This record gives sequence, structure tokens and C-alpha cells, in this order.
Amino acid sequence: MSDEFQIKNLNAFYGSKQALKNINLDISEKTITALIGPSGCGKSTFIRCLNRMNDLVKSFHLEGDILYQGTDLYSGKWDVIDIRDKIGMVFQKPNPFPKSIRENITFGLKIRGMKDRNILEHITEQSLKKAAIWDEVKDRLNDHALSLSGGQQQRLCIARTLAVQPQVILFDEPCSALDPISTAKIEELMLEIKKDFTIIIVTHNMQQAARVSDQSGFFLLGELIEMGKTQDIFTNPHDKRTEDYITGRFG
Amino acid sequence: MILLRSRSLVREKCVEGALFLSALLSIFTTLGIISILIFETYEFFKKVSIFDFLTDRQWTPMFVDKHFGILSLFAGTFLTTLIAMVVAIPIGLICAVFLSEYASNRMRTYVKPILEILAAVPTVVYGYFALLFVTPLLQKLIPDLAGFNALSPGIVMGIMIIPIISSLSEDAMHAVPMSLREGAYALGATRLQVALRVVLPAALSGITASLILGISRAIGETMIVAVAAGQQPRLTLNPLVPIETVTAYIVQVSLGDTPAGTIEYQTIFATGMSLFGVTFLLNILSYKLKKKFREAYE
Ligand SMILES: Nc1ncnc2c1ncn2[C@@H]1O[C@H](COP(=O)(O)OP(=O)(O)OP(=O)(O)O)[C@@H](O)[C@H]1O
Ligand SMILES: [Mg+2]
Repeated sequence: MSDEFQIKNLNAFYGSKQALKNINLDISEKTITALIGPSGCGKSTFIRCLNRMNDLVKSFHLEGDILYQGTDLYSGKWDVIDIRDKIGMVFQKPNPFPKSIRENITFGLKIRGMKDRNILEHITEQSLKKAAIWDEVKDRLNDHALSLSGGQQQRLCIARTLAVQPQVILFDEPCSALDPISTAKIEELMLEIKKDFTIIIVTHNMQQAARVSDQSGFFLLGELIEMGKTQDIFTNPHDKRTEDYITGRFG
Repeated sequence: MILLRSRSLVREKCVEGALFLSALLSIFTTLGIISILIFETYEFFKKVSIFDFLTDRQWTPMFVDKHFGILSLFAGTFLTTLIAMVVAIPIGLICAVFLSEYASNRMRTYVKPILEILAAVPTVVYGYFALLFVTPLLQKLIPDLAGFNALSPGIVMGIMIIPIISSLSEDAMHAVPMSLREGAYALGATRLQVALRVVLPAALSGITASLILGISRAIGETMIVAVAAGQQPRLTLNPLVPIETVTAYIVQVSLGDTPAGTIEYQTIFATGMSLFGVTFLLNILSYKLKKKFREAYE
């Protein structure tokens, strides 16, 4: 297995406030990496560095290297649009566009100039199937996306991300607004698509991290305290702080 | 203690009463205006049939051979409004997209008030600006252009309306949640694609409301057209010749010395009523759209 991401000495700042401190971490392709840690410890900041979503925040800057497939994401050799082509993202709150279900899926393809209706149809169906929502929406593709339930909306957002065929998908607490059944569906879905994608997921749900991930990282106050095989982290953590956190004895 | 409280209770009641009375006063004023409008319009239609009013092609209440075809006046209103909108909609929307999606916060706080000054210039100034500056300028390009015409006041009116459209549309676009923009960026959209394909459609009902407000402002605008468009009711869509709008006609008659009770006098109310009807409907439409927009995001 080769490394998808190599992160070296990453420091990130909002203005003068440091949000990430000296992060070092490698992520292999076609694995699921879970990031856990208390609120405000920098998990979102971290994964938003990986698709340069933080570029939207004016006060943000970072130091250090984030190599994606061997090339630094911030070096100027990568175009931001190309990065987001390859590295998709699903957000905490479902954010479908206020358009039809179909248009939500085809949006990413159409902005890349794809016009062929047959291909658009085909990809729409494939993506919705992969996101395990096809059966629920196949008869109502022209309905407004906001008419779906929260769980369905989130799966639609996943389908929308799958449609542009990225190589990596970043999930920032994708299930925090969902009920256990929708959550189970999304976890199942992640395990299913893992063979094709590298997945990084931020979660507050320890069981979720334990269930889906191959490796886990524990963040605390902007530092990566511990990173390792999920099984090891949850059964035999090296750091006292990790142990306290996963056993709920924290703070 | 109890005495104090009862005293403040009395004061409370007094304030409440005063507020209620002033609310009542404004309601009665509105009712008064509407009932006079309705009454005089009713008197007017005792003498002129509604059919003639709506279908006659001429408007000549001051002549011996009287015609009361409101279409000639509405043609003028329609034409100037159309020209104003052709100017105001694209420029207003471009300003809105720029302010909401491209400008920094600092830039926005400076540019918005400057744009809004356009709406604060007295309209009579715009009127003379159209008549004495824009018309002569246009005449160099279009030799056929008459001294009074629909084109020049239409354009100037459009400039005046730009801030109405840009400001309200910008508010609507600004209210589109950041999460939608992030969703689009995460799919690889460029800034322009995010602005045009996500933010603009998402803010559409708010934008439409602003357009309708702009249109009803153009329809109701009086001074600019009274000064620069002429006083010749004409059923035409030619922007180069003198015309007269509904509002300009009302000014014309109001300034003259038509005795109360005559048919000429009553035309003011009949035309005023028609105008009120149109702008009222537009305002309701705009209100409904705004409400719909709010429901979608709050
Ligand atoms: N746009 C921003 N501007 C300034 N500071 C920010 C911004 N976003 C995050 N921060 C700060 O950076 C730190 C890390 O925030 P981050 O959102 O990465 O935490 P998190 O681990 O994702 O928390 P949560 O679990 O609550 O989502 C916090 O102290 C936060 O206040
Ligand atoms: Mg977060």
C-alpha cells in the first residue's frame, strides 16, 4: 500500500491563533482513517487543509508540507480545482443545493463541461446506487432535494461527491445530525466504497471510529497525540490522555 | 411599593394608548386616500365606460373631442419602465454578485452606501439631468431623437433604480448559507460557478422580489418622466418620440386649474386608481416572494 498523504510538520493558524501544532502523519490509500478528539481540538481544521477548503478563510495560513501523491498540495504545482476534483468532501450538516435531486448529482459533472445526457443519467444512477439511496429516490429524481429527510440528504451529498469520482473523500462528522439507522447506512456505505476510495472521517462517536476505521488519530488542543491501528488505539493506547478520552474519563 | 407600581401601570397604559392612536391615525389616512380614490373613480366611470377606458387608443381629456383610452398613458409608463429595467437589472445584478461574492467586507461597507446615494438624489435633479445632459448626448448618436422622449428618462430612471436592485439582491445572496458555497467549492466549482450556479439560483425569490420592487418604483416614478419624456399621450413603443406616462399626466392636470367635479378633474383619480392597482399588486407579489425566501432559509 502506498501513501496517499504525507503530512510533515504541519502548523496551521487563524490569524495569530495556532489551531494545529506540528502534525506528522501518513495516510495510506484505500484505507479508512478516523480522527477523534474533543470539540475545538482542530480536527475540522486538519481535514479542511487536505482539500484546501481553508483557502476560503482569509485569516488562515499554514506552515509545513502536505504531500498528496508525492506532491505538495500548497506548492503551486497543484491547482485548487484539480485538488478538489481528486479530494471530495462531505460536511457535518447535509448541504444539498436547493435544486432537484438529479441536479444535485449532475452539478459537479456539469461544471466540468459534461453535457452528454446519457452519461449524466448513467452516472446519476450509479452514484445514487453506491450511496445506497437509489431505491428511495429513483421515482422522484426531479423532486426538490430539500424534500428529503436529513439522512437522505446526507446520502445525497455523498452521492454528489461520488459522482465526480474523486480518489479521496473527507467526511467531517457526517452522521452527527442523523439517527442511528441513517448512521448505520452511512457506515455500511463507507466500508463498501473503501475498496475504491481513501476515506478520512472526523467523528465524535467512538463506536463509529472503532467500527469503520483501519487507523485512528487522537487530537487534543491542536496536537496529534497518538496515531495508530484502530484496534491498538482502542484496546491498548500508549498515551494516558488518549485512554482517558476514549474511556470517557476526560476533563 | 404598590402605589409606585400602579403609577407606572398608569403610565404604561397612557403610552400604549398614544401608540395605538397614532397607528390608528395612519390607518385612517390610508383609508381616507383610498376611499376618495374610489369615490372619484366611481364618479368618473359614471360618465365614461370601462370598455372605452380600456380599449380606446387615444387619451385627449383636454380636447373638445374627448377620448379616455388609458392604454396611451400606460404605453408610456410601460416603455419608460422597460428601458429603465433593461439598464437597471443587469447592472444591479452585476453589482450584487460582485458585492456579495467578490468584494471584501471592507469594500462592501464602503461601496454599498455609495451606491445607495444614487437612490437619495432628488428625482427632479435626475429629470433635468435626463433633459439637459443625457438627451443632447444621445442626440449625437441618434439624430432622430426628439427633445422629449422615452429613452433618455428611461435610462436615467434605470440608473436611479440600480441601488434598489443591487442592495436587496445582495442582501438575498448574502443570506445564502455559507455551507452551500462550501458544498460547491468542494465539488471543484470556481468562484464564478459558485456565484452564478449556486448562490444566484438559491437567492432567486429574494432577487425577484427586488426586481419587482424596482419595477414598481419605475412605474410610480413621476418627476423624471414629467420633466424629460414630454406630455403627448401616444400608443407607441417607439422610444425616440415624446410620450406621456400615467404619472406625468397626473402631474400635468394637477398643476393646471381644472375645477373639481369636472371630468378632467376626475381623470386624475381614475388614472391614479389604475396606477395604484398595478403597483399594489406588484408589492403584494414582492412581499409574497420575500416571505417564501425567508421560509426557505430560516
Ligand atoms: N474560521 C475560523 N476562524 C478563526 N478560528 C477558527 C476558525 N475555525 C476554527 N477556528 C478555531 O480553531 C480551533 C480548531 O477548530 P476546529 O473547527 O478545527 O475544531 P474541531 O476539532 O473540528 O471541533 P468540533 O469537534 O467542535 O467540530 C478552534 O479553537 C476554533 O475556535
Ligand atoms: Mg469540526
